[in-house]
Amino acid sequence: MSFWVDALIVLVVLTNLRVLGASRLSACIRAVAVQGALLGLLPVLAHLDALTGRLLLQAAASTLLKAVVFPWLLARAVREASIQLEVEPFVGYTASLTAGLLFWGGAFWLGQRLPVPGAEELRLLVPTALFTIFVGLFLIVARRKALTQVLGYLVLENGIYTFGMAFAEKQPLLVELGILLDVFMGVFVMGITLYHISREFDHLDADRLSELRD
Amino acid sequence: MSGLFHLLLALLCAPLLLGVVNRTKALFAGRAGAPLLQPYFDLLKLLQKGAVYSRTTSWVFRAGPLVSLASTAAALTLLPLGGLPALLAFPGDLVLFAGLLGLGRFFTMAAALDTGSAFEGMGASREAWYSVLAEPALLLALAAMAKRSGQLSLSGLYAGLSLETLLAPGGPALLLAAAALALVFLAENSRIPFDDPNTHLELTMVHEVMALDHGGPDLAFIQYGAALKFWALGTLLTGILLPLREASPSLDALAGLCGLLLLAVAVGVVESVIARLRLTKVSDLLASATALAVLALMLARRAP
Repeated sequence: MSFWVDALIVLVVLTNLRVLGASRLSACIRAVAVQGALLGLLPVLAHLDALTGRLLLQAAASTLLKAVVFPWLLARAVREASIQLEVEPFVGYTASLTAGLLFWGGAFWLGQRLPVPGAEELRLLVPTALFTIFVGLFLIVARRKALTQVLGYLVLENGIYTFGMAFAEKQPLLVELGILLDVFMGVFVMGITLYHISREFDHLDADRLSELRD
Repeated sequence: MSGLFHLLLALLCAPLLLGVVNRTKALFAGRAGAPLLQPYFDLLKLLQKGAVYSRTTSWVFRAGPLVSLASTAAALTLLPLGGLPALLAFPGDLVLFAGLLGLGRFFTMAAALDTGSAFEGMGASREAWYSVLAEPALLLALAAMAKRSGQLSLSGLYAGLSLETLLAPGGPALLLAAAALALVFLAENSRIPFDDPNTHLELTMVHEVMALDHGGPDLAFIQYGAALKFWALGTLLTGILLPLREASPSLDALAGLCGLLLLAVAVGVVESVIARLRLTKVSDLLASATALAVLALMLARRAP
């Protein structure tokens, strides 16, 4: 059993690295979708012996949103706003990958100092959560497009969700569903904003928005 | 004794693997393909010919094929095949293994530079660039396995592996190391997506261009050395992915050989279905191989 949990967590880490190393927007969106699906599967596999309807509902809702709805919204935004398909990074792909490995090292170091009670068999969970959060923040900072920043925000949320997984049984359902709803609204609004930015400025470069004056 | 058996098996059967790769590619392309034993016929033909040496070359040019073949064969003595132990095993021999492969490559590149040909110099430069990127991945993947098993010899690394360990909590680390080794295997053997062994254009060649000025027995040594290298790095990979352990040495040898033949078929399939990468993308792929190896090392560190 523990093998599959470990394998899922490793796959989550690999999707993070994939997002860092991908040069195409569609590849990035797909990697984030895969990450969402993996994270939806993770709590089910981790608590397979004590499955509750609540846990299943939560997993199904988050998988549906993160693996289907968000990627669809973002892909639609890419299509509608006819954004260039390259990611246009401030930090190159190989350098991003190296930075990702450094984050992983840092997350590991931190994770060993943050033992989460009741999650002994999920020993990789905390480092992975921290790593995912770091990658999300890095994506927001190191990529030029507003769309990649939305992706970074999604990855960041995935990291926080992973962190909460250790307490999946104790966490109130309402809180989790509330967070999902917030993220959904966030991505929805950002999709519309992206469309308007690209209509107004003919580009989506977040760093060039400072040209905005009245 | 059984270590010697693996060495003999490798020396005898290594060219067969290249034949299997070529036959698989031919089947994919809808051709009948060359006989499986064609690499042996080629080697025999080349060995019967004489060699021609340019006056601008020195002893380095003549030493290149010899040293690279000898070092690859020496590297094989350190390698276990499945349950067959290696001829030699001592703590730290994995560094010697990487060093021997590096020595062979260094002499191949030196011989290429010795000809003074612009194309060969370019090939040597690309080969050096590939190996700079591939060697960290190889060493880190081996280090991950060393960390997991607590052993420092190649035989020790592979001795404890079985299908159960692959599916135990430490398994993902092993699989990551295997993925890194697979990329290194393709890069070091100049296979698609890193290099196209069938290309006929000097500008696009990487490894092949360095052998352009060699002929006769020298070329036979180079081709035989390439086959041995395929075998050597292939056993590293199949040792993880197909850790079959039988009781008797002959069954072990059979299992190992079957694993390598499967690997050769897999290489043929890969070469048939994907195209070669643009040169600038190669560094990205090899960097991700290194990333996988680092990840494996960290996970192995953590495994109980």
